[in-house]
Amino acid sequence: MSPSVPLQEMIRAIRSARTQCEERGVIQRECAAIRAQFRQTDNGGRSHNLAKLLYVHMLGYPAHFGQMECVRMIASPRYSEKRVGYLGAMMLLDEKQDASLLITNSIKNDLSHSNQYVQSLALCTLACMGSAEMCRDLAPEIDRLLRSSNSYIKKKAALCAVHIVRKVHDLGELFVPSARSLLSEKNHGVLHGAVVLITELCERSPETLERFRKTVPDLVQIMKGLVISGYSPDHDVAGVSDPFLQVRILRLLRILGRNNEAASDAMNDLLAQVATNTDSTKTVGNAVLYETVLTVLDIKSESGLRVLAVNILGRFLLNNDRNIRYIAMTSLQKIVSTDHNAVQRHRGTIVDCLKDQDASVKRRALELSLALVSASNIRSMMKELLIFLSSCPPELRAQAASGIFNAAERYAPSKRWHIDTILHVLTTAGGDVRDETVPNLIQLITNTSELHCYTVHKLYRALFTDISQQPLVQVACWCIGEYGDLLLKGECQETEAVQVTEDDVLDALEIVLQSHMSTPTTRGFALTATMKLSTRITDNVDRIRSIVSIYGSCIDVELQQRAVEYNALFKKYDHMRAAVLERMPVIQKNSLGQTNGELSEEPMKESQPGKVKQEETALPPQPAGQVVDLLDLLGGSQEPLQPGSSVGGSASTQLTAAPSSAGGDLLDLLGGFEPTPLAPAPTVTVYEKNGVTLTLSCEQQSESGLTVTLTASNSTDSDISGFTLQAAVPKSVQLQMRAPSRDSLPAHGGAKLTQLVVLNNPNKVNLKMRIRVSYTCQGSVVQDMVQVDSFPGL
Amino acid sequence: VQYFLLGKLRLQKWFVPTSDRERKKVIRDMIMLVLPRQPRTCNFLRWKDLKIVYKRYASLYFCAGLEEQDNELLALEVLHRYVELLDKYFGNVCELDIIFNFEKAYFILDEFLMGGEVLETSKFAVNVSMEQADTLQEACTSLPRSLWCV
Repeated sequence: MSPSVPLQEMIRAIRSARTQCEERGVIQRECAAIRAQFRQTDNGGRSHNLAKLLYVHMLGYPAHFGQMECVRMIASPRYSEKRVGYLGAMMLLDEKQDASLLITNSIKNDLSHSNQYVQSLALCTLACMGSAEMCRDLAPEIDRLLRSSNSYIKKKAALCAVHIVRKVHDLGELFVPSARSLLSEKNHGVLHGAVVLITELCERSPETLERFRKTVPDLVQIMKGLVISGYSPDHDVAGVSDPFLQVRILRLLRILGRNNEAASDAMNDLLAQVATNTDSTKTVGNAVLYETVLTVLDIKSESGLRVLAVNILGRFLLNNDRNIRYIAMTSLQKIVSTDHNAVQRHRGTIVDCLKDQDASVKRRALELSLALVSASNIRSMMKELLIFLSSCPPELRAQAASGIFNAAERYAPSKRWHIDTILHVLTTAGGDVRDETVPNLIQLITNTSELHCYTVHKLYRALFTDISQQPLVQVACWCIGEYGDLLLKGECQETEAVQVTEDDVLDALEIVLQSHMSTPTTRGFALTATMKLSTRITDNVDRIRSIVSIYGSCIDVELQQRAVEYNALFKKYDHMRAAVLERMPVIQKNSLGQTNGELSEEPMKESQPGKVKQEETALPPQPAGQVVDLLDLLGGSQEPLQPGSSVGGSASTQLTAAPSSAGGDLLDLLGGFEPTPLAPAPTVTVYEKNGVTLTLSCEQQSESGLTVTLTASNSTDSDISGFTLQAAVPKSVQLQMRAPSRDSLPAHGGAKLTQLVVLNNPNKVNLKMRIRVSYTCQGSVVQDMVQVDSFPGL
Repeated sequence: VQYFLLGKLRLQKWFVPTSDRERKKVIRDMIMLVLPRQPRTCNFLRWKDLKIVYKRYASLYFCAGLEEQDNELLALEVLHRYVELLDKYFGNVCELDIIFNFEKAYFILDEFLMGGEVLETSKFAVNVSMEQADTLQEACTSLPRSLWCV
């Protein structure tokens, strides 16, 4: 073959350019020359020029000025010029260019050219870039060529027809008869083209598919011939006879056998034969086996054949070739829901593939493993998945983490296991979990009340291991804030307890607050947690107060707002602090969905006046509050009324106490909302002696729930300190006293003291309350008692 | 098959209409995806909704973009077959052959694939077609211009 010298010279010149700039210079010069040449009407080197332009185009430079030249060249009578012209058309023109229309006529003429190579150029170009217009125009011509006696032309016409059908679906009808007859050809090229064409026709039209079902026996025959026949040097690839044709036939069989019993039966034996006889040592054999498996699994094959197919996939999983393993897993993924048990049998191998070096294989193995998790294998699978998570490539972490969470949620054998698993994920891949993980986990933790102690211990330890994993730190802060008292108790059943002091715990939270690794959200968690501890610890409340006030001038607006509000809680609304900061209720699952955004940012905005259901576990010992035991009113024993005593037997379950409106309106804190609870409710004075007045008002909250507010004031000249109230109610009534707003009464009514009492009267007995008042005034202790028999507003 | 690319673009064949800009983008993406791949890794990738199959031969990467229903293992065979065809035609083909004779590389491809499908499954047949077409071309160029050659 004679090289086109000018072309090669140009290529050399371009390649020897040392910089991008130099190259551009060369190319510009060349293009100018080419343009000039194009303008000349007739010259011998036309094809070389166009070839040069095409090379330049391939390098990425604009070449649209060559389009018209292509059109001219295609129309040339010289084969050499036509050849390059058509190549140019395929490279430079697509159906969107106007110039492409201009070649339609040339193509039409060339399709009926006497020389098959010219015909072939036209066919090739039409199949490459023919527009719908052109296809419609030339379809009859193509159909005619399908019936020609020339195999070379027939095979090209077949694939050209495929393109036409893809472009203009309706034209499929036209080719059906010819396609049918092509199946009896011996020439493999033609046969292959015919199979592709029939496949295309069947995919486009269900009626056509019906008609072609009759060809299944013929196809089976052809396949048999390929599989059993002796060595054919022409088509042999590593011992497999014409794998390209085999695969296409299998694919067509798949389409024909889908959802059709009869057709599937007809091909059953053949598929079994191919599956067992094909040599699987080389890729090419495996390509055929792969297609066979896909076909078996897609048609209505008998169960024995299906098992055979899945086993082939199982063998693929053990193959040394990565590609084969990858293929096996993609296929198994497709059938994992339909043939779940069959795939489960290969679970071990699949899990091993998690350790594969190749990232694509790993990804597939992960997807498949997650699909195979079930209630029976959850523990062992999770072990493997967690090992995987600790060493998996970063791009797979998020997927692995969320997959693990889903699996854990669906199949967790125990709550403790569930929490452990989530904690494990947070410590390993905390940075890659989704946002809703944090509220989900919090919700899970609140639901698992028996493990609060265990959880908070684990999280406390985890905090010290790694403070950078934000979701983990957030959950840890939340738990410490919520259950810090359990931490301080220093004992835990489920795990080794930590021995920490209040300072240690506050230190931990402060570290989070100050760490540069903490995001603003995390800081918010930490600040709120710190605040919550103010009601759960006894000694270091001042420290908390100072932390909170520091952040009152923080740059971060969110933190600042919180700090200011908490400050206000300390100062003006101290009497509400305990109520506001008490244990969170169990979060309902569906409410999480709606308040997702809120929860993840402001977990402690108790402004949600939700149902305040009491936690079953120990109510936090409140510094000044007293929890009162149930008393028999008539028995009148005062014993249990000791400040700070724990609840003992009264552990009141499920007080359906109504939300106190006093604690409810945090939103208005800054707006200076007056905390007089139950303002509209009538107040009655129940005690008045020695300048000390006690008033009572109550509000029905629910069927059996009632909130009583006691207000005390001092009108004497001297201050009163150590003012405490104790209350007793009939046995069947449940009572809980909230922390009082203060414990001293300044003289001259300087400030009032309020205390909330929450009652639950399920049996609707006649409500009575005995109140004991005690205080110190001018050095002497005064104690008194009053009984309230009627409640205003009831 | 939707497209067929070689390494630092020596050849590109598009079987679906793609604008110039899209093509450039696809090429860029492919180069970024395929070139950094380690040896002995899987030859298959997913990119958007296509399956990418690539194979490295010496300094050249051969890349094909497949649709969902195409058989990846067979695609590897297709790539291999094309290299074999080039090898037979050029005699121990190397990258420079493809660079300096790019139009021949295209012609060979057009005898092997068409419209994204395999056209001729026999190596022998492809070679014969190429030889005959080349002969025809020779005849054209060596004859005086006054004589029509086809």
